Amino acid sequence: MKFANLMSTGGEWLRGEGPHHQIVSSSRVRLARNLKQRAFPGWAKKAERTSVLELIKPRVEELPEMQDSFSELLQDLSALEKQVLVERHLISREHAAKSVGSAVIMNRRQTLSIMINEEDHLRMQSIRSGLQLKSAFKLVDKVDSTLESKLDFAYDAKLGYLTACPTNVGTGMRASAMLHLPGLVLSDMINQVIQAVNKIGLAVRGLYGEGTEAMGNLFQISNQTTLGEKEDEIVSRLSKVIETIIEKEHDSRQMLIQKKSNTLWDQIGRAYGVLTFAHAMTSKEALNLLSIMKLGIDLGAFPEDRRLPIDELFIETQPAHLQKSSQQKLNAEERDHLRAQIIRERLRVFPKPDITKLAKESENGSAPEPPTNE
Amino acid sequence: MLCDVCKCNDATVFLTQITEGKMQKVNLCDACSKEKGVQDPTGFALADLLLGIGAAEEIEKGAPSQKCPLCGFTQADFKKTGRLGCSVCYVTFAEGLGSLLKAMHKGTEHVGKLPQRAHREVELDDRMRALNEDLQKAVAEENYENAAALRDQIKQLEHEKAV
Repeated sequence: MKFANLMSTGGEWLRGEGPHHQIVSSSRVRLARNLKQRAFPGWAKKAERTSVLELIKPRVEELPEMQDSFSELLQDLSALEKQVLVERHLISREHAAKSVGSAVIMNRRQTLSIMINEEDHLRMQSIRSGLQLKSAFKLVDKVDSTLESKLDFAYDAKLGYLTACPTNVGTGMRASAMLHLPGLVLSDMINQVIQAVNKIGLAVRGLYGEGTEAMGNLFQISNQTTLGEKEDEIVSRLSKVIETIIEKEHDSRQMLIQKKSNTLWDQIGRAYGVLTFAHAMTSKEALNLLSIMKLGIDLGAFPEDRRLPIDELFIETQPAHLQKSSQQKLNAEERDHLRAQIIRERLRVFPKPDITKLAKESENGSAPEPPTNE
Repeated sequence: MLCDVCKCNDATVFLTQITEGKMQKVNLCDACSKEKGVQDPTGFALADLLLGIGAAEEIEKGAPSQKCPLCGFTQADFKKTGRLGCSVCYVTFAEGLGSLLKAMHKGTEHVGKLPQRAHREVELDDRMRALNEDLQKAVAEENYENAAALRDQIKQLEHEKAV
């Protein structure tokens, strides 16, 4: 499969049909594995990296899960193409910096992506829409079991799977979910949630930027430790915590409707107005306004069938995607202009926000009070 | 454990930061942690500010000149990169890594997935251990007939392991 074909369709997870997809945009599980008796990629000489690559790549390509796949050596991808893959979360930033001796293989549906010679010899990642950590783990676990019968993985009876960085040793697993939490941010509760989650050994970080500065109100939550806990325990602990956060997000939205409805309508109206008419827009502004539009859809201010174009804009307005679509390198000013243009075109036939449904809800005032026991 | 800053209250906030392979720990009491603004453990850059206070405790065990026999990696390389050179490094630098891993993770032993191969090895090792114990017992009891049978079984198992 060609790069252009891969890019012409969004990943399956983007179409968002998974459970809790309004709030959880995707679930990912990645496993890190290394070969025995071989230097890790960061330490290996070019010749050794290449020989490891030649050993692993055919094994990955012959996986039944990779029948219809895109497989490319990193040196054959342009800087822009690599950046596009990063913006789609299909490869890591670290991997994008690699060249000779590294490769990436992913399936057409973009639900499975395998990096060879990233920080570890193998980084296998599965991606699902909504909150589906268990099924994401199942897929990547199956792939791991198939590969393990053909490749000799570095494993220690006491320490488990051995990885380049000691923070990944044991299961070599990082499970994470991307959460859209505008309600918790607008009601100033996000820091409480982040602190509570950190206390139980899980990590939360802004997808673009840290803490309350998180752009687009997008947060990634993941396990921090990999040794001393079983994979399925980590996955179910993480899933439970995410379900709790989803509840809190719903509560805070209810609270906003009840107590700060004017602020909420104002935000949604402004987001709609600016996105529809602006002629220059930074990536940060776009993410933040699109987040409010997404909230507007969740709350019924815009019809449900407008969800996909908004979700797509989150990715399409990223710098590398803009340049890819315009077929040329653009400076920041040109990008801001093009970004605004793409958004305007997409929103040209977008209905105005309809707050009647929302207004009714806030008048009734029957929704439960937000919990105060935090 | 006392707070590293005021040295009078009990420490309740424990910060661990790993920079360039060095692990540094700072223990703070509630009041000092608030004063230093350490509320959000994700704000790990804050640890940088705190590490100047002389409480830093570096994990550096084993001879500094120690080299991994497989990949030639040294302790100094680990300090520089924060990554290890190969899987054998885990054995070479086991001593220093032990405490690092303990501070980093929930437990010190892997309890998750076993690769099929490793699974088989563990099983064979267990059987081997049991057979050896039985053999010792048989010899001690001067039950040579039994000992001979056990010795044959051990040989058979060694053959299986080598395959």
